[in-house]
Amino acid sequence: MRESSARTKGKVRWSKLYSFSCLRQGTVEPAPVQQLGGPGFTRVVFCNESHLHKKKPYKYPKNSISTTKYNFVTFFPKALFEQFRRVANLYFLLAAILSVTSLAPFSPASVIAPLVFVVGISMLKEAVEDWRRFLQDLNVNSRTVKVHIGNGLFKDKAWKALSVGDVVKVNKNDYFPSDLLLISSSFEDGLCYVETMNLDGETNLKVKRCLEQTLSLDEDTEFLNFKATIRCEDPNSNLYSFVGNLEFENQTHPLGTAQVLLRDSKLRNTDYVYGVVIFSGPDTKVVRNSTRSPSKRSRIERRMDYVIYILFSMLILVSLVTSIGSVLYTTSQMTKWWYLHSEEDDPFFNPLKPVLSGILQFIRGLILFGYLIPISLYVSIEVVKVLQSMLINKDIEMYDEVTCKSVEAQTSNLNEELGQVEMILSDKTGTLTCNQMEFRKCSIAGISYGGEVNEVDLAASKRINTDLERYHFSFDGSDSSSQSFEMFEFSVPDVRTQKAVLDGVEDVENLSIGNSRISDLGKESVIRGFNFKDDRLMKKKWMNRSNVSDMTMFFRVMALCHTGIPIEDDETDKLKYEAESPEEVAFLIASQEFGFKFCRRTQSILVLKELDPSLGVEVEREYKLLNLLEFSSSRKRMSVIVSNEDGQIFLLCKGADSIIFDRLADDGKAYQQETSAHLLNYAEDGLRTLAFAYRRIEHAEYEDWSSIFTRAKTTIGPIREELLESVSEMIEKDLILLGVAAVEDKLQKGVPECIDKLAQAGLKIWLLTGDKKETAINIGFACSLLRHDMTQFHLSLSKEAESNNQEKAMKEDILQQIGKSYQVTCEESNKDAPFALVVDGKALEIAMRSDVKDQFLHLAVNCASVICCRVSPKQKALITRSVKEYTGRTILAIGDGANDVGMIQEADIGVGISGMEGMQAVMASDFSLPQFRFLERLLIVHGHWCYKRISKMILYFVYKNIVFGLTLFYYELYTNFSGEVMYDDWYMVLFNVLLTSFPVISLGVLEQDVPSDVCLQFPALYQQGQRNIYFSWIRILGWILNGVLASLAIFTLNVYTLSPAAFREGGEVADIAHLGAFSYTCVIWTVNCQIALIISHFTWIQYLFIWGSILLWYIFMYIYGALPPVYSNRAFHLFTEALGPTPMYWLITLLVLIVSLLPYFIHIVIQRLFYPMDDHVIQEMKYYRKDVTDNPMWLREQNNSKKKTHIGFSSRVDAKIRYFRGQLHQKKILIYRSVTNSPLYRSVTNSPLF
Amino acid sequence: MVIPNFARYVKSRSDRQLLHGLKYNKTSTCKPEESNNGLPIVPCGLIAWSLFNDTYTFARGMVELKVSRKNIAWKSDRNHKFGKHVYPFNFQNGTLIGGGKLDPSLSLSDQEDLIVWMRTAALPSFRKLYGRIEEDLEAEEVILVNLTNNYNTYSFGGKKTLVLSTSSWLGGKNDFLGIAYIAVGSSCIFISFVFMLLHVKNPR
Repeated sequence: MRESSARTKGKVRWSKLYSFSCLRQGTVEPAPVQQLGGPGFTRVVFCNESHLHKKKPYKYPKNSISTTKYNFVTFFPKALFEQFRRVANLYFLLAAILSVTSLAPFSPASVIAPLVFVVGISMLKEAVEDWRRFLQDLNVNSRTVKVHIGNGLFKDKAWKALSVGDVVKVNKNDYFPSDLLLISSSFEDGLCYVETMNLDGETNLKVKRCLEQTLSLDEDTEFLNFKATIRCEDPNSNLYSFVGNLEFENQTHPLGTAQVLLRDSKLRNTDYVYGVVIFSGPDTKVVRNSTRSPSKRSRIERRMDYVIYILFSMLILVSLVTSIGSVLYTTSQMTKWWYLHSEEDDPFFNPLKPVLSGILQFIRGLILFGYLIPISLYVSIEVVKVLQSMLINKDIEMYDEVTCKSVEAQTSNLNEELGQVEMILSDKTGTLTCNQMEFRKCSIAGISYGGEVNEVDLAASKRINTDLERYHFSFDGSDSSSQSFEMFEFSVPDVRTQKAVLDGVEDVENLSIGNSRISDLGKESVIRGFNFKDDRLMKKKWMNRSNVSDMTMFFRVMALCHTGIPIEDDETDKLKYEAESPEEVAFLIASQEFGFKFCRRTQSILVLKELDPSLGVEVEREYKLLNLLEFSSSRKRMSVIVSNEDGQIFLLCKGADSIIFDRLADDGKAYQQETSAHLLNYAEDGLRTLAFAYRRIEHAEYEDWSSIFTRAKTTIGPIREELLESVSEMIEKDLILLGVAAVEDKLQKGVPECIDKLAQAGLKIWLLTGDKKETAINIGFACSLLRHDMTQFHLSLSKEAESNNQEKAMKEDILQQIGKSYQVTCEESNKDAPFALVVDGKALEIAMRSDVKDQFLHLAVNCASVICCRVSPKQKALITRSVKEYTGRTILAIGDGANDVGMIQEADIGVGISGMEGMQAVMASDFSLPQFRFLERLLIVHGHWCYKRISKMILYFVYKNIVFGLTLFYYELYTNFSGEVMYDDWYMVLFNVLLTSFPVISLGVLEQDVPSDVCLQFPALYQQGQRNIYFSWIRILGWILNGVLASLAIFTLNVYTLSPAAFREGGEVADIAHLGAFSYTCVIWTVNCQIALIISHFTWIQYLFIWGSILLWYIFMYIYGALPPVYSNRAFHLFTEALGPTPMYWLITLLVLIVSLLPYFIHIVIQRLFYPMDDHVIQEMKYYRKDVTDNPMWLREQNNSKKKTHIGFSSRVDAKIRYFRGQLHQKKILIYRSVTNSPLYRSVTNSPLF
Repeated sequence: MVIPNFARYVKSRSDRQLLHGLKYNKTSTCKPEESNNGLPIVPCGLIAWSLFNDTYTFARGMVELKVSRKNIAWKSDRNHKFGKHVYPFNFQNGTLIGGGKLDPSLSLSDQEDLIVWMRTAALPSFRKLYGRIEEDLEAEEVILVNLTNNYNTYSFGGKKTLVLSTSSWLGGKNDFLGIAYIAVGSSCIFISFVFMLLHVKNPR
């Protein structure tokens, strides 16, 4: 680097001034080149000669990418293989194979057809999903870019047609089509700005710089004869390194990351760049970094596996009983049964080979009682989930009109998992915030401007006020109270609102309206990045205020102390700005609004158009930029030293308040006290604050210092940075405080309300961001994840540990910090106090080591909120995995950028924000939302519903198949285990396919325990999913028991009524077909009425399906019986002749129905009467229309149902109220004393009337 | 006691042969009573082979009690499942003779004993309709039954019972359904009473 900087020293590059690249370049020093050509470094790229890459050994892949799992050929074998990796499917396959053999007790079609259906549907789903990926790829591959086609001509070509060695021209705001070597840019010094949000989530612009030697190639025609060779590393996934060199004009030049433009990053602020393709398509770093999205299974589905195991063991047991029984009978009894004509020809009943017959009987049993394992369950679940996701996708409440997108379920596997989420890991930028800074408030010379009343105070005071109102009436000393409550000066103007808040419950609703009003205002404000309203400052009014000189200085600092550049805006006469950080842009915009327009910047001059308060007009002034002391995370401040037209030298400084306050001159602290108070307020609101200060420097002092500074700057070696820092320290002292400015990292619409609701629903929210700690903490406050009364633990590496770079020391340091914090949480006095943990990326790296991890996570889980800042994409994924493994809870990760992909894939549910440009997060996600706020509805409404639907559905499925399967088994007992079936083959097939499937699907798709608005009003309902009470083992076993009882009732009642006497007036007795049809009718009635008892939300669809299914059975029996006996066999004329006209048939059905449903009925009556659950109570209240007739009760219940939480807006309001109450209480005592001491009071109390 | 619902037994028949007679010859399901001496058996199969063949005559005092043996089988069986022009052939001609013989001159659709027998009962202990006594019997009346014990149940210890029963709209005499209805009904009333009391005691 030294060489290169030495080379560039002669020419001054103006763009270097406002980027710190001159200092930073040191970090991108190219690695030693001697590795090249060795293993791992064999790639050779012939620039501008892509035809050389068509043949081996330089044949590299094309630039097309494919994220699909299958192609047309591999789809079948691969997808089939995937399907049969499910244990259940494998079992069904086995059953299907066996059913083809003579062993099967019924026709093969009845086993094979459902299997084909299940596997077919799942494969179809796979195919559709893969098709979508294919279309996405197609879309990406057919984007165009200008490519050099020879003779200095550039033509549009599709991305996929690009090959290594091509020279491409990328225009402003376009994505790079592959990994490119930067040849030149529109800037004369070969710089370009790149946004790498898709790679690492960082929103600030990064500077790339081409080699000096290729600078001249900045015209299309220059490439006519351009030839060069690149030798570099082989494709790899490391985003932050590149080793290679360029052979150009017979010279070899080293290349580093500064010259490489990575695919999926975006060109910004630069009109165009030229580049040579180094890595294409699958070789690019970003593609190498991507991982195939793992297939996820929901918690319920995993538990369902265990249910299947239970049923499977039940099946084995039943089959074993059958086969043993059969063998016993065969060996002991069968020879006596002459009518069986037993010979040794029947393998099933061979008394001479009992073991073989036993095994055969066992296998037959496995197939016969296969109804215990509901294959159709898998079919129905697939169907239901697809329909559920359609409902989610079509929810109009989750449609974003701004982006015209709605919520989309990318995979339908995880719908019910949405109802069990316990933790949310959220990205910050783009997810919670809009990545836009707004100037909100400032405090100049000890006076706060732009400050509306803080929403939390407002809400708290509203509630207190209403309490006060009551207090007024109850307290007779009202004359004195009015003066003592002046601290609550916010009055509620409107009587209606006052009424509404009487119960103190609707606050949040009101506030959310208020909040949205505020955010609407933000949208309306014409100026982006400026959301400041104060008549005292706007429209030049500040000139009329008393301390004008301080104000002028304040605005000057704002307009001069930065690294931004102005950009002409064609539409208005106002300027736009670009800077390294969005805060600076906000400051520049604000200063422009206040009349200090920063117009131009040259290498040493800053030009301002400023309002002169003494003249009252705008004048253009030039400031000479003498020095720029840059910002760094350790310094936490930046300063510029400028001299004005009069030659006075000023140091203008902005930085973190604590840093600035430490460096104030004794006479510069005039406003410190007020400013500190304001700072606290701003910080509580989650605003990012920076303190502004200045200092006049005498010429002599400056000269002295300047020489030292120049010396330090030219120092070479590792101490340079340190030296620069200490030199800067020398001049940044004796500052005079001007004030603070507060910018808001603008939250997306509805984020605080959404977080509030989610917190009430018992969700924990962790913030994982790549941003700075300060920004992260600010957002924590803005989202109410942090509060000032929380104990904050900061986990970061201490400086000495970091500098030593010794692993052991670092580990010990972190361990000690964790231990200390943990002790605090354990202390008895802090039992209910909220804690927050803020972790730094570097500390996290240590804390995530396997031996520290458990302690770290133990601490983290004990904290109400956790904020991790400066974390890399990989760390995000790592945290997600560790938390998932450590806590065993369901984790939802939400993010918007490519840097969140790892986290999204690792979490139980990954959610991508689709409102943004990048698609990586969406592609990797399971659900995509246009806005963060939709998460509330997605989880609390749809997640809750889907959880209940799927769990109810599975339980019911288990139930109905047990009812059906066990009747087969009981009959088996009566047939001496011979394997006879009382049902017709068609009954067996139709049971799951037609006669009981539709109601359960309608349950799975449409069931709602309570309507969506009630779900949102009672977030507590969501906890049923978190605690998984609807799919607990007790419930599963309960339903199995219920199934056993029902099957017993059906079978025994039928057997005892039908046997042995005749069942008709004509004296006919029942045969197998009759018993089968009787029992089957009862089964159909029982299971269909059972589901009617389960469903709590009826529409005509449910009615149609339930009663239709029952009716369908009769219709089927009629039609089937009408077929010729060849087809209908034993069922011929069964219904018309034997069952229909027989009163007994209908009487038994009624009796069996009542008996088999009675246990469940009694159960729900007892539960609802004596042990009602939340949803029961709410259902009942809703049924009696309590929300309309008894509103206070409805609201009170809502309030009671909220989970005690430390995060979220409402809890902040609660905390504030506690604080106010505390103060109020003290005042009250004071008042009471004063009143009781007053003579009037004494005279009144002493009077006999009282 | 025959075990009529034994799988091997139940399957050993050919419905098509019963309908079409010798014209239908895919009677492998009838094994082991499929053919004899190389000739097919009509009706084939174990069920037919083990046809019940005890006979009963009833007398009231000295007067013979008429038992109608007609219309004891299901009409659908007679009309659609057993061929009108199918006659027993080569039946019970083997070395092992199972149950009763059939009149070769009567078509299968008229052999109602066979038709009743071919409807395999659902449970091990079962009843079959033998005939209807169409005259009213008085209480305390003595009925003389003259039975021919042809059917062999000694080998497996089976019991044979003759049941004379009046059938009503609910079929033969079977108290189970009535008792069950009373039991379930009264328990429902009891339970609802208990819940009502509980509800009154601690209402919502």
